[in-house]
Formats: sequence, structure tokens, C-alpha cells
Amino acid sequence: MSPDLILLAALMGVATYPSRAVPMLAPGIERLPPRALEYLRLVTPAVLAALAAVNTMVGTGPDGQPVFHVGIEWIAVLLCLAVVWWRRNLFLGLLVAVVLTAAARAVA
Amino acid sequence: MTGSPPAAAQSDGASPRQSATGTVDAATTLEASRRRLVMDGLGVVASAIGFGLVYGLSAREAGFSLIEAVAMSVLVFAGAAQFAAVGAVAQGVGWPAIVLLTAFLNARHLLYSAALAPWVARTGRPTRAVMAYLLTDEAFALSIAHFRRIGRFDLRGYWYAAIVTTFIPWNLATIGGVVLGGVIAEPSRIGLDVVFPAAMAGLAVGLATGRREAVAAGAGAAIAVLVSLAWAPSGGIIVGGLLGPLLAMLVPGGPVRRTNPVPLGLASELDVATTHVTSEVSGSGGAPADPGRDPDIGVAP
Repeated sequence: MSPDLILLAALMGVATYPSRAVPMLAPGIERLPPRALEYLRLVTPAVLAALAAVNTMVGTGPDGQPVFHVGIEWIAVLLCLAVVWWRRNLFLGLLVAVVLTAAARAVA
Repeated sequence: MTGSPPAAAQSDGASPRQSATGTVDAATTLEASRRRLVMDGLGVVASAIGFGLVYGLSAREAGFSLIEAVAMSVLVFAGAAQFAAVGAVAQGVGWPAIVLLTAFLNARHLLYSAALAPWVARTGRPTRAVMAYLLTDEAFALSIAHFRRIGRFDLRGYWYAAIVTTFIPWNLATIGGVVLGGVIAEPSRIGLDVVFPAAMAGLAVGLATGRREAVAAGAGAAIAVLVSLAWAPSGGIIVGGLLGPLLAMLVPGGPVRRTNPVPLGLASELDVATTHVTSEVSGSGGAPADPGRDPDIGVAP
């Protein structure tokens, strides 16, 4: 049971707490320009999409260098996206993606 | 235990304290609102358990130990940032970059905290400090709707929203996910390795409530892949996540689409709440919203 990442978790907690606490503890100083607030609001979808894309499309080549990856994961993630868009249900989308991937790998 | 209402809530003509029957009506309103809070909270509990399990599974898949995954759920207690950290650790992103990413991802809490500030102004500073630690998308959405219904602050309602519906289920489900992942010998054979990217993509779709959000997500993904191939995946995620929003801000903002609040979980609903709070904070310096206006932002009826 490795504890190596506990320090990282603590640092992430330290990075998170001010945005939660400052306006409540010292009201007024949190005011930011509207464009800065808009930028911060857009960071979340951008980061989540970046994580999804890199985890799906980028693999590691024999020499350890990043390579473009094409596989069943593409279809699984796209299917999940379609289900979420259509049914507004993430868990159903995840289920479909997992079942498709498992079935494809079982056949292969 | 309740606190004092902010000035805006006290001046509201519909405030329970100014009704003809005085404290009886106030108590009735408080109890009715708390019952609704409990019912609304059940959906949040289900969501927290589901996402907590997925987080635990993903963390296990990325090599986190049980204590590391739980430490993150306790100390960070922010789903999107935790998912991002799992992906970033798996891709070999350095700790400073992960901490920076966390700060950006969780900066939205600034808006929630600012919106709550007038309601909690008369609460003791140590209590506010603990409340801030437990402030999440879910706690904000549930509690601010409750405060608006009753026209004043209710500490017990806040603890319920923050601890009972979110903190406890999220942490128990994290443990469940890690343990479940541990008993599965080869997770990739049954497709569990695809859970993480699919969950990230699905959440991003849920957040694409307008043109700018969609552009931010699309541009962030494209930039991340290109930079990953040219440089390193760890750099690609950071560059895509930070440049995508800049490109999105170049396009005109489309109308905010109110999403179906039931099945996707709070991520999509709360982005709508964030949008409203953004305008409140930037427009009026953090004054509370009119308690009579749109009291159910972000919470399923």
C-alpha cells in the first residue's frame, strides 16, 4: 500500500482550498474581471476533453515515443459520447463503452 | 441551528419572518425546505456513489494504492480535479503541473464561495473555514437552493448537503471502486481501461452547454493530441487545457442550454449554476441572488 501520492493529494488540497475559502472568509477580494471568470469557467470542459483525447488517441511506441493510436477505444468513447448526448446518461454511456470494448477484445 | 439572513433576504417581502403568523410559518417553511433538500440530496448521493466508484476504479487502474486514492478524495474532495490527476499521473505529468491544473480546475469554487458569502456573513470564521473545505458543486447547488427557498442561511442544511449527500458517499465509493478494481485480475480484458477516457469525454459533453464550452472542449482535445505527439502527453494535456479556453473566448458566446438535470449527474447541471453565478459575481460584486428568482438552479426538482 504505497503512500507516495499522499503528498501530491495534500498539495492539490492546498491549491484548491483558497478558491473555496477566500470569498467566504474575506468577501470582496475574489472579484475578478468578467473575462477572467469566463476563462476559468471554460477550463473544465477543455481539460476533460484533453484528457479523453490523449488517453484514447495517443499511445507509446516501441521506442517509448508517443504515437498516434487507433483502436477499439475510439469507437467505445465515441459511442459513449453519442449515448450521453442522446440519453443524457453518463452511466449508460460508460456501460455501453465497456461492453463494446470487452466484446471486441473477446472476439479478437 | 440557523444563521442570520443576508440583508437582501431580510428585505424580501416573501421572507418567512415577515409573514403574518410569524415563527410558525418560518418553522413550516424551514421543515418543508429541509424535506425537499433531503429528497434532492438522494439524487446527489446516487451520483456521488456512481462517480466515486468510477474514480476508484480509474485510480486503481492508474496505479494508485487504496490510501492514495482515499487521501485524494479526502484532501482534495473535487471530482473533476481528482479524475484529471489520475489521468495526469498515468501520463507522467509532473507534480507542479498537476497542482497548477488543480488550481485552474477548481477555480470555479471561487464563484460558488462568492455567491454563498453573503448568506454566511454572520457565521463564525472557524465554521466558515470548515464549510469552505466541504464546498463542492453539489453542496453549493443543494444549499443555495435551500437558502433561497427559506430566505436565510441554515447551517444544518449546509452540513447535510456537503457531508451526508457528498463527502460520505464519495469517500465510501472511492474505497469500493479501488477494492473492486483490486479483485479484477485483468481489468482491460473486460474493458475497464476505457472507463476513464469515456468518463472524461462524457463529462465534457455534459459541460458543453453553449458554443464556447463546445469550442473549448474541441480545441482543447485537438491541441492536446497534437502537442502530445510532437512533445509529450503530459505537456499536451496542460497546453490543451489552458489554450482551448483562450480559443473559445474568440468565438461569440451562444445561448446557455439548460440541460436535463436528472441522469447525467451534477457536472452538467452545475455548469448552468456556474454560469448564473458568474454573472452574479461579476455583475454585483457577490451579492446574493434575489431569493425569489429561479430558486432551483442546478437541482433536480
